[in-house]
Amino acid sequence: MPPGEGVEVADAGAGVVAPPSARTGWGTIFLAILLVAALAFPWVFRLPYHRDLVIRVFLYAMLAQAWNILAGYCGQISLGHAVFFGTGAYTSAVLQTTWGWNPWLGLLAGVPVAVALSQVIGYPCFRLRGHYFAIATIAIGEIVQTLAINWEFIGGARGLTLPFQKDSLLAFQFHTSKYPYYYVALVLLVLCLLVSWWIERTRLGYYFRAIREDPEAAQSVGIPVARYKLIAMAISAAFVSAGGSFYAQYVLYLDPDSVLPLSLSILICLLAVVGGVGTLWGPLVGAALLIPLSEFTRIQFGGTGRAVDLLIYGGLLTTVAVFQPAGLVGLLRR
Amino acid sequence: MACLEVQGITKRFGGLVANHNISFAVRRGEILGLIGPNGAGKSTLFDVITGYYRPEAGEVRFDNHRLVGRRPDQVNRLGIGRTFQKLRPFNAMTVLENVMVAAMQHRADPLAARGEALRYLEFVELADKRDSFARDLSTGQRKRLELARAMATRPRLLLLDEVTGGVDQRTIPTLLQLIGRLREQGLTLVVIEHNMRVIMSISDRIVALHLGEVIADGPPSEVVKERRLIEAYLGDTFVVPSGGARASGDGLRGAGEGRA
Ligand SMILES: Nc1ncnc2c1ncn2[C@@H]1O[C@H](COP(=O)(O)OP(=O)(O)OP(=O)(O)O)[C@@H](O)[C@H]1O
Ligand SMILES: [Mg+2]
Repeated sequence: MPPGEGVEVADAGAGVVAPPSARTGWGTIFLAILLVAALAFPWVFRLPYHRDLVIRVFLYAMLAQAWNILAGYCGQISLGHAVFFGTGAYTSAVLQTTWGWNPWLGLLAGVPVAVALSQVIGYPCFRLRGHYFAIATIAIGEIVQTLAINWEFIGGARGLTLPFQKDSLLAFQFHTSKYPYYYVALVLLVLCLLVSWWIERTRLGYYFRAIREDPEAAQSVGIPVARYKLIAMAISAAFVSAGGSFYAQYVLYLDPDSVLPLSLSILICLLAVVGGVGTLWGPLVGAALLIPLSEFTRIQFGGTGRAVDLLIYGGLLTTVAVFQPAGLVGLLRR
Repeated sequence: MACLEVQGITKRFGGLVANHNISFAVRRGEILGLIGPNGAGKSTLFDVITGYYRPEAGEVRFDNHRLVGRRPDQVNRLGIGRTFQKLRPFNAMTVLENVMVAAMQHRADPLAARGEALRYLEFVELADKRDSFARDLSTGQRKRLELARAMATRPRLLLLDEVTGGVDQRTIPTLLQLIGRLREQGLTLVVIEHNMRVIMSISDRIVALHLGEVIADGPPSEVVKERRLIEAYLGDTFVVPSGGARASGDGLRGAGEGRA
């Protein structure tokens, strides 16, 4: 049937099907309040501890959302995203310590490196289905961490310390007042959310979801599945890399244990799953709940905190899987 | 003039030969019925034509293109749409979104794709279900959804695997009407169908497969007389005089539907 013929449909084009999150005016108002609250936060809660906590929430929410673009929308569960975090962190750090690059340029340079790496990893791994893809990404994560530990040029197991510099926006260092870190993290998160929002309402998002639902059926309607998986991987890796560069500049120290561990890959996945996979707000909700919780347990249980973290995460994950597979966001929608 | 030419296709699964040296042509604008007992290799042949399987030998030509070696999405973009025997709608997407995804091949803008998708849904009489999730539809509705989805890529050739299989008897006429209207619009169709009465009435020509080989090729009126076809469906015992009485049209149909 040629388009334009057949029955005229009265409301054809009466607005794209929007996800419930943005359908009403209330949504916009709520968003505005949220944004104002985020902007005002450092001026109300002045304790460094609170600020640091919220910076972490922003950073992890951004990482989880970036993961969500590949895993939630497009259905490719990666458990190796620390690789891209580490790539961003190391690229900016090495460029700075070895060749004296500006850290902002380092952040920008990390993105294409991570994207290129993501394509090298994705090309063979996307031939694998479901669990096999996830397992392959775990293996690659472990390989990359081992390589980093043994690569002296980038500091090996000792890691890298970034030079302490005088406060300036250009130098990406703010010591007397740490607010700028807060806003940089916020901007990264908002950017990632905006890109996700854009993906959801363009062809890209529809193709991603079709691929998640059934790659073979997606091919039958002309979608080049492999290419779109690689696109999802590239966007995802780009944001995670920027997050890694930010982390390196924020902490001024990195080693394979802090920026390339499997536990980081799993945490990124967990935040999105608990909050709500494949949704715009799930990863943020997950991070806003779990990151403070993990800080709390660390304080409560001291050195053994890590294990308690895992216990709680494991418990939460099981609860979500059994009772609310759509995550916390799914709970709010009912 | 031939629209699709299948030339000497052989496809094996390990030791099993699912398609053996299959050749036939489909003329532009005709409805070709592809029949054969369960396991004859019909669906496999569809998968070979559309790029899901690579044959060990042979070639498929569509207009002036060779299809072997192309990916399924490339085959679709050349103008071949298909449905699946085991239905594969995008379950967690709505009926409308299922068809929008397909329409986006020619209309990247979601708004434009939505308008076009709605027209295809009207065509298969599913517009009132547009906001239901695909997984909540009945089998007949999901068949029509897959049809709308395939049509939304604007194919010139449609391959339909099992149009009436598993569908409520009452909705069969609706589906057949749809196929008639598709032909009126100038589409070429290859239809796999187990219901003999249905396939004999809608097809211009029949190709019958048995154990991976073509055993009959011709107009329905001639193909039904083909001795090898009757043997294939009923086994040779039915062709000998003692069992001949049971080899009626109904018996033919019943045997074919065994596994559908
Ligand atoms: N992926 C596969 N791996 C191994 N064997 C297969 C595969 N797909 C099909 N076969 C076998 O190939 C033969 C042909 O199968 P096919 O599905 O093409 O038959 P069909 O004519 O479509 O049958 P039906 O009428 O039951 O749908 C069967 O013996 C089947 O078991
Ligand atoms: Mg079949």
